[in-house]
Amino acid sequence: MALPQFKQDATDARLDAVTVPDGAAWLTQARKDAMTRTATMGLPHRRDEYWKYTDPATLVAADAPAAEVLDDDDAIFSDANPLTLVFVDGVFDAAASDDLKGENLEIGCLAEAGAQDIHWAKDLYGVLELAGQNPVQRPLASLNTATATDGVMIRATGPVDRPICLRYRRKESAADAVLHHVVRVEAGAKVTLLETGSAAARLSTVTEVSVADGGEFHHVRQQGRDHARRMNTHTFARIGEGSVFKSFTLSLNGVLTRNDCVIDMLGDDAVAHVAGACVGDGEGFHHDDTVFITHDALRGESRQVFKKVLRNGAVGVFQGKILVKEGAQKTDGYQISQSLLLDDDSQFLAKPELEIYADDVACSHGSTSGAISEEALFYLRSRGVSEKAATNLLTLAFLAEALEEIADEGLADDLRDRLAGWLDRHAG
Amino acid sequence: MLEIKGLKVDLEEEEKSILKGVDLTVGAGEVHAIMGPNGSGKSTLSYVLSGKDGYEVTEGSATLDGADLLDMEPEERAAAGLFLAFQYPVEIPGVGNMTFLRTAVNAQRKARGQDELSAGDFLKEVRARAKDLKIDAEMLKRPVNVGFSGGEKKRNEILQMAMLEPKMCILDETDSGLDVDAMKLVSEGVNALRSEGRSFLVITHYQRLLDHIKPDVVHIMSNGRIIKTGGPDLALEVENNGYADLLAEAE
Repeated sequence: MALPQFKQDATDARLDAVTVPDGAAWLTQARKDAMTRTATMGLPHRRDEYWKYTDPATLVAADAPAAEVLDDDDAIFSDANPLTLVFVDGVFDAAASDDLKGENLEIGCLAEAGAQDIHWAKDLYGVLELAGQNPVQRPLASLNTATATDGVMIRATGPVDRPICLRYRRKESAADAVLHHVVRVEAGAKVTLLETGSAAARLSTVTEVSVADGGEFHHVRQQGRDHARRMNTHTFARIGEGSVFKSFTLSLNGVLTRNDCVIDMLGDDAVAHVAGACVGDGEGFHHDDTVFITHDALRGESRQVFKKVLRNGAVGVFQGKILVKEGAQKTDGYQISQSLLLDDDSQFLAKPELEIYADDVACSHGSTSGAISEEALFYLRSRGVSEKAATNLLTLAFLAEALEEIADEGLADDLRDRLAGWLDRHAG
Repeated sequence: MLEIKGLKVDLEEEEKSILKGVDLTVGAGEVHAIMGPNGSGKSTLSYVLSGKDGYEVTEGSATLDGADLLDMEPEERAAAGLFLAFQYPVEIPGVGNMTFLRTAVNAQRKARGQDELSAGDFLKEVRARAKDLKIDAEMLKRPVNVGFSGGEKKRNEILQMAMLEPKMCILDETDSGLDVDAMKLVSEGVNALRSEGRSFLVITHYQRLLDHIKPDVVHIMSNGRIIKTGGPDLALEVENNGYADLLAEAE
């Protein structure tokens, strides 16, 4: 079917400006296939149902608008003593990174893996992204598969004790970065992936995660605080029997963030939790969490917990779906999205969706928007706490439920402390 | 200590007059009680003194050791030494009681130019004070007032008072919702804080509380004014005869 002209033009303009990088035959094939499906689907437009609340124009445009480089806090997650990989403007920097090795771990960067004729990532690269294109098309993800030049390939063959941390640093103010990560957690294996930093003026990441039976994948991410950066991320996960997938994202600043998370729960008794906390300030701020969890097995438990604090005209979006397929009995699905609007100018747009084809399931969802409690504010102030400190305390309290989704207490405390510090330093 | 002169206050939204000229002086180390029928303006007086929104002072003044209270933000009044024990302590989900106490103590210390208490010193202090009020470690960990019983909430107010060491304490119907044992416990907490430099304004409906917290002076408030001032006997008179006679006398 031909694309509408406005979409065809926008797609042509972008695709003409990108090149499919060189690589081994398997990777070249995956990239070419992805390019073909991107061209067929066309890049997203505001008129698409899943882009109704978020204008993708600046993510689609051939050139990324510049964004000033902020000195990001590099010490984040350092208490966890992670195996650190540094990417500068979207390119792996071996010299600045740790030695890529660890117990029960095969790890390398895409540039290197993609030059090898045979690599385990072949079975996953672009494969989970392709599976995630149905029923909702995600053309920015296939564009990423086609054009990504770097990323990390992680294979956990047993418990990996040391978390793996991807630090995205920036040098150029106008850099456009495309990173594609592949994670394979073998049966009974376990790994934690951390991400932090802005990476580029415009960053696209796709993370494909396969968790085999009894495996565990933990993901904690702090999205870069550069004020004008744009970011669209996709996580595609396929998880097996008795497996655990947990992902948490903290976002502050940036003008545009769109985080898509697509999880297919294929094995019985699997657990999938996706959570996010975001603090947005100013009319330019737009933050969108779009989640699609499919229950396709027995007794699956899924949770979506998203909290947004918005002020001075900031906009927050949540589009969350739970799809329970026929036969996915005893599913336990939970979804909550809440916003704290610190003034009348901010907006929260929520679209919770439940689609259920099994008759013995428990699914609940809720969405709220509210202001800060005047009663609580006065109570705190009457005890000598300044209005700003009291507001911050209540803001942190509001976000607490989302941060509690982080399994590792140390990582959760690290983020809580930094969040408190950032709020404290914020001019308000 | 606390000096209120000709205080007149309207409700901001309804243009309704609540306080119609209150005069009250509480000296250092004194305990004053304010009694009065429902709607007489007792709680409004406590809110206006502590700086709650929604009230408009149209006339008069209120000073604490000479400093103009009405010109200060609520947090500045607290730092100046004013404390209000709420009739209905507010529940704050997500904020741990301990975090709340420490934030408050250190905010006030900072405002007074003192160093913040170290985590260790603070903990020692809190544990000692909490023990006197039979507040266990679990209650300190829980979110502020969330799931607390009526008695626990009031004990928590007194714990805050003990930690913040204010000069001027206002207790707004602290006895409401308390059984006899809880009232005794709370009163003991208050009495332990009585000292030469600390004054109390105890707002209550009942003489009962004043059996435990013995006032030096008792005021009767009605229709936005203090209509009679006397010794502790005045409270007994109210208990025995009700307000009717006093109100008639004032007319």
